[in-house]
Amino acid sequence: MGKYQTFQYDVVIVGAGGAGLRAAIEASAQGAKTALVCKSLLGKAHTVMAEGGVAAALSNVDSRGDWKVHFRDTMTGGKFLNQWRMAQIHAQEAPSRVRELEEWGAVFDRTKDGRILQRNFGGHTYPRLAHVGDRTGLEIIRTLQDKGIHQGIDVHMECTIRKILKDGDRVSGCFGYQRESGRFVVFETNSVVLATGGIGRCWEVTSNSWEYTADGHAMAMWAGAELIDMEFIQFHPTGMVWPPSVKGTLITEGVRGEGGVLLNSAKKRFMFDYVPEMFRGEFADTEEEANRWMKSVMANKLPEARRPPELLTRDVVARAIRSEIRAGRGSPHGGVFLDIASRRSADDIKKKLPSMYHQFKELADVDITKDPMEVGPTCHYMMGGVRVNPETQESTVSGLFAAGEVGGGMHGSNRLGGNSLSDLLVFGKRAGEFAAKHAASVSTSPHCDDEQIAQSAGECLEPFNRTQGENAYKVHEDLRLLMQTKVGIVRSPDDLKEALIQLDALRTRAAKVKVDGNIQFNPGWHLAMDLENMIDISEAVTLAAQERTESRGGHTREDFPDSDEAWGKQNLIVTQQGREIKISHKPLEEMPDDLKQLFKK
Amino acid sequence: MDEQATLKIHRGDSAQGEMLEYKIPVAPGMVVLDAIHAVQATQAPDLAVRWNCKAGKCGSCSAEVNGKPRLLCMDRMDKYPAGEPISIRPLKTFPIIKDLVTDVSWNYEVNKKIPPFKMRDNKGKEPRFSQEEADRVQEFRKCIECFLCQDVCHVLREHDEKTTFAGPRFFVRTASLEMHPLDDENRLDLLKDQMGLGYCNITKCCTEVCPENIAITDNAIIPLKERVADEFYDPLRKLYRIIFPEKNKNS
Repeated sequence: MGKYQTFQYDVVIVGAGGAGLRAAIEASAQGAKTALVCKSLLGKAHTVMAEGGVAAALSNVDSRGDWKVHFRDTMTGGKFLNQWRMAQIHAQEAPSRVRELEEWGAVFDRTKDGRILQRNFGGHTYPRLAHVGDRTGLEIIRTLQDKGIHQGIDVHMECTIRKILKDGDRVSGCFGYQRESGRFVVFETNSVVLATGGIGRCWEVTSNSWEYTADGHAMAMWAGAELIDMEFIQFHPTGMVWPPSVKGTLITEGVRGEGGVLLNSAKKRFMFDYVPEMFRGEFADTEEEANRWMKSVMANKLPEARRPPELLTRDVVARAIRSEIRAGRGSPHGGVFLDIASRRSADDIKKKLPSMYHQFKELADVDITKDPMEVGPTCHYMMGGVRVNPETQESTVSGLFAAGEVGGGMHGSNRLGGNSLSDLLVFGKRAGEFAAKHAASVSTSPHCDDEQIAQSAGECLEPFNRTQGENAYKVHEDLRLLMQTKVGIVRSPDDLKEALIQLDALRTRAAKVKVDGNIQFNPGWHLAMDLENMIDISEAVTLAAQERTESRGGHTREDFPDSDEAWGKQNLIVTQQGREIKISHKPLEEMPDDLKQLFKK
Repeated sequence: MDEQATLKIHRGDSAQGEMLEYKIPVAPGMVVLDAIHAVQATQAPDLAVRWNCKAGKCGSCSAEVNGKPRLLCMDRMDKYPAGEPISIRPLKTFPIIKDLVTDVSWNYEVNKKIPPFKMRDNKGKEPRFSQEEADRVQEFRKCIECFLCQDVCHVLREHDEKTTFAGPRFFVRTASLEMHPLDDENRLDLLKDQMGLGYCNITKCCTEVCPENIAITDNAIIPLKERVADEFYDPLRKLYRIIFPEKNKNS
């Protein structure tokens, strides 16, 4: 071996979406020599897809919305499975992180008196989402990018990390390859921050890009870290369903936040029939009341009426849509209708939801200012991830940190819209800070073992040595279909059992795929390697889903349709022992009394 | 569906390349990027193409389709005449890495030279500005950095003036800072001397190809040209600068 480039850094951040960029800015601000390594070009990460806004209790629009309400909404939305301390830190620190973005040049939409405007969103009691039309993620990533490039951070673009390297029990670096040249690269470092996003590419219908191949989840597990809440997948209620080319593409919850309503084939607002017991009393009972709420919001008044049920949490709305479709009350292409045209003026729609207007016009020949959209659930977000210390974001492996979607615990069983952008800012900053402190506290230089490197390189190149074998795309397609049909929104024990058998078969096939061409910018090769992460993490999800015999948030069991009190006090932990993926139970840490008080009505 | 499409795709690297033909079945609503993915999945797994969001939001999949700069993910197949081959080439203005992927790193170097946002002194108060003021720069901040404007600008495409000219993308970026209601930095020297704003002769090619419909020429470049002209070529200002050199450092 020896045919690889080596770099030395204090902190290496893997992934350059919002969490990675925010971590890099903080680590370098702490004086750490910092590398930011990303699979795509800088500024293209999945954060640009975030549309509706960033949740923060600024209380600019409704003064009643302080951090305590944000905390309460987050815990309720997560069905109390969240790590309470993370939810607390998140609610307390999000406003500072948003104001800081403004200091760095972000231009949010404004209130009449010139402050940051906030919009309503599912599960948030008060208007809480600072936003920029429906392109908030782009604004955030560009602000962080333009701040970051002047901080002396080294950016390694189009470079994929495959393995965490360890020296005994702690991190000593990471190994990967340059996509362009295909050459291997080793980063020697005492602190690695995973900010790799999610795992959506394991499902057929998803809003996620090619990058979401479970890299960070798998690398952490392989390195011996614990994963938490892996059974909880968020299916966003509103993805596009037609034409096939765009199936799964996200439609922002902002459409409902701006007054959009969900209708079935009989033109009925069906969400009134799906308000769960725990939310009863907080939502409007009648269309008349929901319309009154809407009227006050439009008139910039504090609403006395209760919120419309279209603004229930995503897990609830996604299940309701699925039920309507299954009952034969769906739209022509297998979705339901989302109508904003009859609720807001054409000018308002174009102003508040410009990219939705554009997206439907260009890709689906639908003018959303005139006609309703057809929508259905799409795999969107992974609640589960690397179990971290709430204060430092350090995993159970020394020197390995995680922030953003790859981190677990913050959202419990279901994430509220808008809480992802705030999560990645709050915990991205903390991860960067503590990764830098960790690096400074380790007195020895990182040592990467040649044997580990040679082994990783050998594994990567293996597909080139095979003279025959199938193509990685076919295996990937079958994996996505399997997870879609067997480990989707509603799960049955037979399906989960079958999924585990099929995953084993896919693993065998993935180990035999053949790659054509050479190592330079070869997507077929890249995918062949990614199959390993995706299959291992799909198995982790399936095992956790099999273990949790209740329904809660982003995990619904056909055979156990209700939530169970005892399960409400348990998180599931995933670890790898040898080659085997294991599940264990971990009792939730109890909330302190002052926080418990917030839930008494 | 039985309908087939024929794609002619550039294959090769910086040393040599050729246009290879692929046939794929067409599905309703298909975009050119879907067609390329179909080729990858079934015929050429090593075909290099960049993409991310597949919804016109990230600006990764820029290429030239039948000679026109386009985002592959927003380019409908049914727009092109049925039965005729569709040609897909990489951006011409940047060096080819492989197939449809070009080396756009120069753009990132240019961006680094632009002084970042500098918050004005708000005297400890929460900064406030109106939606109308926001609108003006939000138009520029819609930019997804697809670099189609850079690809089509003749100063870069025909004359390869990459050492002296920053290109429309970075005039838009500079405009987003210069017209920012809270910014307190001056970038007019830079625009005139290092970014080559004067080379632009406002042919509006950039505006025409912008997938975000940013009025690049009218709203960014022309107002910046006016500011530069006011600053450096206004005779009264020139006189003022001679008399009060100190006061003018940060005007």
